[in-house]
Amino acid sequence: MEVDVMKKVPVREQDAKERATNFEEVCLGYNEEEAMAEASRCLNCKNAQCMKGCPVSIDIPAFIQKVKEGEFEAAYQIISKSSALPAVCGRVCPQESQCEGKCIRGIKGEPVSIGKLERFVADWAMKNGIKPQPATEKKGKKVAVIGSGPAGLTCAGDLAKMGYDVTIFEALHEAGGVLVYGIPEFRLPKTRVVAKEIENVKSLGVKIETNVVIGKSTTIDELMEKEGFSAVFIGSGAGLPKFMGIPGEQANGVFSANEYLTRSNLMKAFDENSATPIMRAKKAVIVGGGNVAMDAARTALRLGAETHIVYRRSEEELPARVEEVHHAKEEGIIFDLLTNPVEILQDENGWVSGVKCIRMELGEPDESGRRRPVEVPGSEFVIDCDCVIMSLGTSPNPLISSTTEGLDINKRKCIIAEEEKGQTTKNGVFAGGDAVTGAATVVLAMGAGKAGAKGIDEFLSR
Amino acid sequence: MYKIVKAMELASSIVYFDVEAPRVAASCLPGQFVIVRMDADSERIPLTICDYDREKGTVTIVIQTIGAGTMKMKQLKEGDAFHDFVGPLGKPSEFCSEDLATLKEKKIIFVAGGLGTAPVYPQVKWLHKQGVQADVIIGAKTKDLLILEEEMKAVAGEVFPTTDDGSYGRAGMVTNTLKDLVEKEGKHYDVCVAIGPMIMMKFVCLTTKELGIPTIVSMNPIMVDGTGMCGACRLTVDGEVKFACVDGPEFDGHKVDFDQAMKRMTIYKTAEGRALLKAQEGDTHHGGCGNCEG
Repeated sequence: MEVDVMKKVPVREQDAKERATNFEEVCLGYNEEEAMAEASRCLNCKNAQCMKGCPVSIDIPAFIQKVKEGEFEAAYQIISKSSALPAVCGRVCPQESQCEGKCIRGIKGEPVSIGKLERFVADWAMKNGIKPQPATEKKGKKVAVIGSGPAGLTCAGDLAKMGYDVTIFEALHEAGGVLVYGIPEFRLPKTRVVAKEIENVKSLGVKIETNVVIGKSTTIDELMEKEGFSAVFIGSGAGLPKFMGIPGEQANGVFSANEYLTRSNLMKAFDENSATPIMRAKKAVIVGGGNVAMDAARTALRLGAETHIVYRRSEEELPARVEEVHHAKEEGIIFDLLTNPVEILQDENGWVSGVKCIRMELGEPDESGRRRPVEVPGSEFVIDCDCVIMSLGTSPNPLISSTTEGLDINKRKCIIAEEEKGQTTKNGVFAGGDAVTGAATVVLAMGAGKAGAKGIDEFLSR
Repeated sequence: MYKIVKAMELASSIVYFDVEAPRVAASCLPGQFVIVRMDADSERIPLTICDYDREKGTVTIVIQTIGAGTMKMKQLKEGDAFHDFVGPLGKPSEFCSEDLATLKEKKIIFVAGGLGTAPVYPQVKWLHKQGVQADVIIGAKTKDLLILEEEMKAVAGEVFPTTDDGSYGRAGMVTNTLKDLVEKEGKHYDVCVAIGPMIMMKFVCLTTKELGIPTIVSMNPIMVDGTGMCGACRLTVDGEVKFACVDGPEFDGHKVDFDQAMKRMTIYKTAEGRALLKAQEGDTHHGGCGNCEG
């Protein structure tokens, strides 16, 4: 296979027109030959910059060298030392701002396709039944992990590898957190990828108890005092969806992206035979510009809607991964940028009939460093639609913080936890992920899960 | 899996289950609810808790067959199990944390409509245990649909059964009985707790506003996760958006926007209707009804 060292080996994808009508995975991934060819582009830098961009510090050059040599199992064992969920990360990490963003190849040409290589290795291991190595010695200490999303799974996996007896408590009926309820099938297949990754974590000895809402079914204090857990990691995720607070937001046909995606992803409402209903809109407006907005838009599109993204800043400021924006455009999603909703219009029965928007322009940079959008006076116009999906982020769920003695939260109501080891203000309790940072990415949550595992190990080894 | 240790029919469309759910039984309080799923592919259905036994580790739920999901549930027998049973969700009733001495001075009237009698029962029972005798109006369309009367009598002060068609107890709507009790029969109430269909709660609130009785209602909007994540259950209370699952389910009834809440209940009506038809008619339904796209 010929390789242009300046360019990534292209990855096969489902045709945009075809995939806009199905929920099959968009990206088909590399085969062995393509992966080895792409791996040959790696310069194997001594002072590897890519690793510095990885929140879980995977030994990237080492695994890529193994791929280059066709030693895929060895490559997998290198990755799995640092990451409990490589098949997930290879698919959903924002590589362009992390590992690939720092790749030396990227200075003159395109960076090495590290994400796609990681995905290839993880998928190869899954197909060939390769599992991570469980601990040989048990520590005889129980640790509780709250939430089975990326932070919780990573923390649990790392602790189990160290020999701790770990139980994950999950509020929903299925493990996986945002990987199951939030990210759609076409980006992250549930049965083929997520369930397998969770099986891998379980194969390390981790127990998962579903249907337990910490703060309601039981509390952290009870877990520690009555159920014998010596330490707790909180990875309970983001929480309550935000709305804009504009008129008409309670109309029928206005959903939070969380609700819309949970119905489609967790409850499988995209399948006509699902017991859970979902609105199949004619024309949907998604408000927001993050990954969740892209996911909601691409779901609505697949369910048959003409789909618009309404975002108040310009394309440059879109917080979503470049690949998601690119895929969304290819599939025919219309971007109404520098536009902000001011009112949701409804018909006489209380159903959405349109969104009144106002044009925006960019002013001076705000505290986030992005240029602040300002309304253009008198520029109001209406987008007719029957569905509006609000994707504006989330605010922390108070269930745990309000029921745990001595667990402090900050001004934004996020749990206060120290970054290096996840230590909270309560002895023996650690936290990480969206519950601490507010809505962020899968891999940052995984990084926090790792930090928490390290903190808990040090705490219990004292 | 959550085993059903007792199943019985309370009325033709109303079924009672005692379910083994030790974590819920250990921590639940009156006013809270659970979410159940019958099978691995079922919908998540929120149901209020009707009773609980901390020692046996069981929780009682009562369901009425209104959609495809609940219709299937009705067929469950003793020894069967629910695939999922999570809770307790929502906040306990306010009186659970009230000062007992103040509580004992209050005269409370519960207005229970239809299936709403089930969540009223644990509240009245809890008060009874604290030495507070509350009165209860139990309303139903007709005699056959009136549930838990005997159980309620054992724990309440006075119980006033009413039926819309006059087939049992007082005739007419619960609001008439409530008005009569206060205006004609010399009863005085400091607080009213109304639980039942939204339309009933709306009219009870209009009545109690007139009568000057503060009123608490238990809202049962559409929900998905029940833990604050999805926002499907949002309501407007006193001009503010509240999530029934974490801020409620109980609210000051005089501040709830019932008209909006009732409109929101219709979001999936057509979809649910189709699912119900499919479940009822099964293989005998071959399309052609014009609604099912079959």
